[in-house]
Amino acid sequence: MALTATESRIGAASPRRRRPTARRAARTALRHVSVWALALLFVFPFLSMLSTAFKLPDDIFSAPPSLWPTEWTLENFAAVFDEIPFWQYLWNTLVIAGLSVLGMLISSPLVAYSLSKIGWRGQRPLLVIVMATMMLPPQVTMIPLFLMWNGLGATNSIIPLVAPAFFGTPFLIFMLRQFLTSVPNELLQAARIDGASELRIYWSIVLPQARPALITAAIFQFVWAWTDFLNPLIYLNDASKYTLSIGLYSFFGERNLEWGPLMAASVLFTVPALVLFVFFQRYFIGGVGAGALK
Amino acid sequence: MAATAPRGARRQTLRGLAFASPFLIGAAVFIVWPVLASAVYSFTDFNLFQPPSWVGLDNYARMMQDDTFWKALWNTLFLTVTGVPLTILISIAGAHLLNLPVRGQPLYRALVYLPTIVPVVVGGYLWRWLLNTQYGFVNYFLGILHLPQPEWLEQPQWGKPAIVLMCLWTIGGTMIIYLAAIKDVPAELYEAAELDGARWFARFRYITWPTISPVTLFQIIVTVIAYLQIFTQPYLLTQTRLNEASGGPGQSMISYAMYLYQNAFVFLKMGYASAMAWVLFLLTLAITLVLLWSSKKWVHYGSDRD
Repeated sequence: MALTATESRIGAASPRRRRPTARRAARTALRHVSVWALALLFVFPFLSMLSTAFKLPDDIFSAPPSLWPTEWTLENFAAVFDEIPFWQYLWNTLVIAGLSVLGMLISSPLVAYSLSKIGWRGQRPLLVIVMATMMLPPQVTMIPLFLMWNGLGATNSIIPLVAPAFFGTPFLIFMLRQFLTSVPNELLQAARIDGASELRIYWSIVLPQARPALITAAIFQFVWAWTDFLNPLIYLNDASKYTLSIGLYSFFGERNLEWGPLMAASVLFTVPALVLFVFFQRYFIGGVGAGALK
Repeated sequence: MAATAPRGARRQTLRGLAFASPFLIGAAVFIVWPVLASAVYSFTDFNLFQPPSWVGLDNYARMMQDDTFWKALWNTLFLTVTGVPLTILISIAGAHLLNLPVRGQPLYRALVYLPTIVPVVVGGYLWRWLLNTQYGFVNYFLGILHLPQPEWLEQPQWGKPAIVLMCLWTIGGTMIIYLAAIKDVPAELYEAAELDGARWFARFRYITWPTISPVTLFQIIVTVIAYLQIFTQPYLLTQTRLNEASGGPGQSMISYAMYLYQNAFVFLKMGYASAMAWVLFLLTLAITLVLLWSSKKWVHYGSDRD
């Protein structure tokens, strides 16, 4: 709890407020160092990954470990591109993530609208059902769903991975519903009196208003599809259909403990998510905060 | 559509249903039907190639005799009981740090959040490397601090802490949620407490903690559920070959969901796996209800919230 202590002292209007500036400077420095140290804890593993990716085996297997290779090499990356159809995996993953986002955007806001802006009797019970489905362990539905897709001949294809999103993602329905609740009803009422249809109101008033929430929801869906491991593991068998996650998984399965190529592949598999994150950072962080507080 | 203002409750219901129809259809196909089917399978012997045969409660009875089942359950509960409190405590402490008036906070927040968007597979192998007994950074730093340097993934007693460590790396999301929560605490409360001479711990204990308690309840529930279903992290940390994960030394790292997956897709015991899934479901439900019930004693809902 020492960490909390540092924080709580800010803004403490104690009688000892006027201290020599040296003391104040020390306090400011302490704050900087502690935040910096926190961030470093989370970033350090990436630094280790990055440096290992550029190391030769001699450097990798040297104790104590160092972040700076004595000799930089691209050998590991060459090995990855030699053995893994990286672009193919990237494309496969983008298709799955893209279609999931598309499906979610078609369906989830509609359901969220029904749960927030149409006063109907089923609203409350349906909301409870949406929330209850978030609690159901995926393991319960995993086996029957596999058997269902297997029966339809859809295993070893992307259909089982993208189809559910077209019917709404419960967590995101809930998040969008929370957002839509804050859209003023007057706006909708005025349009209704003018004779606009519900679909029209939804399309030309509500959706534009909900833009930031939709972007956040899209990012969440994208990242989930992007990082998903269990579903591609269950459904994809052909190496040509692998996602990045499963591609890396099978690469490890074959090359076991060759850390250089493995870390090089990890770096490559991290970059796309990183690029996305840099561009949409405020939606990530803003969305997490907004989605959590009811 | 008709130009009249919506009046009839019936018409409203139809509209509501129409807009909700994607979810209603989806829930029927992807949730209700599979849940019912899973319940039926759990009473059968089913290997995918022959039609299921009814065996009554056999699967459930067999679970009671299955050492690996108990081992996996024990491991999972251990991870939950250690991982959840650590997640909550570290997230609250970290959120306070990220709330300090320091330049560059948006960057620090982004860096803390970053691990959560990296594919778990990357995280899994990265941590295997960091936890490498001889060449990994974790033991290197422990050595600098003159702490013991365990063989993380080779000793039965250290496998589970290794999993928790890897999971703690991705708590940035929870931390950001807490950051939003502590920013929401009304400043007047702190000012009043200061006039009363409350020190930092008293301020945290009597103002911050009660005010953020609804968030804590929600985060505890979400984190508990996540730990009870933990699969990918232990699977990757103990992966030996393609489609093969050992579960660690003496199966000290096999999780409930991992054993369930093996039963379903490796041993093709679909009935047994379904029964295990139902036990997990009921366990999750029971723990969630206990948490909700206990929350009456420690969660405070302010009058200005709904």
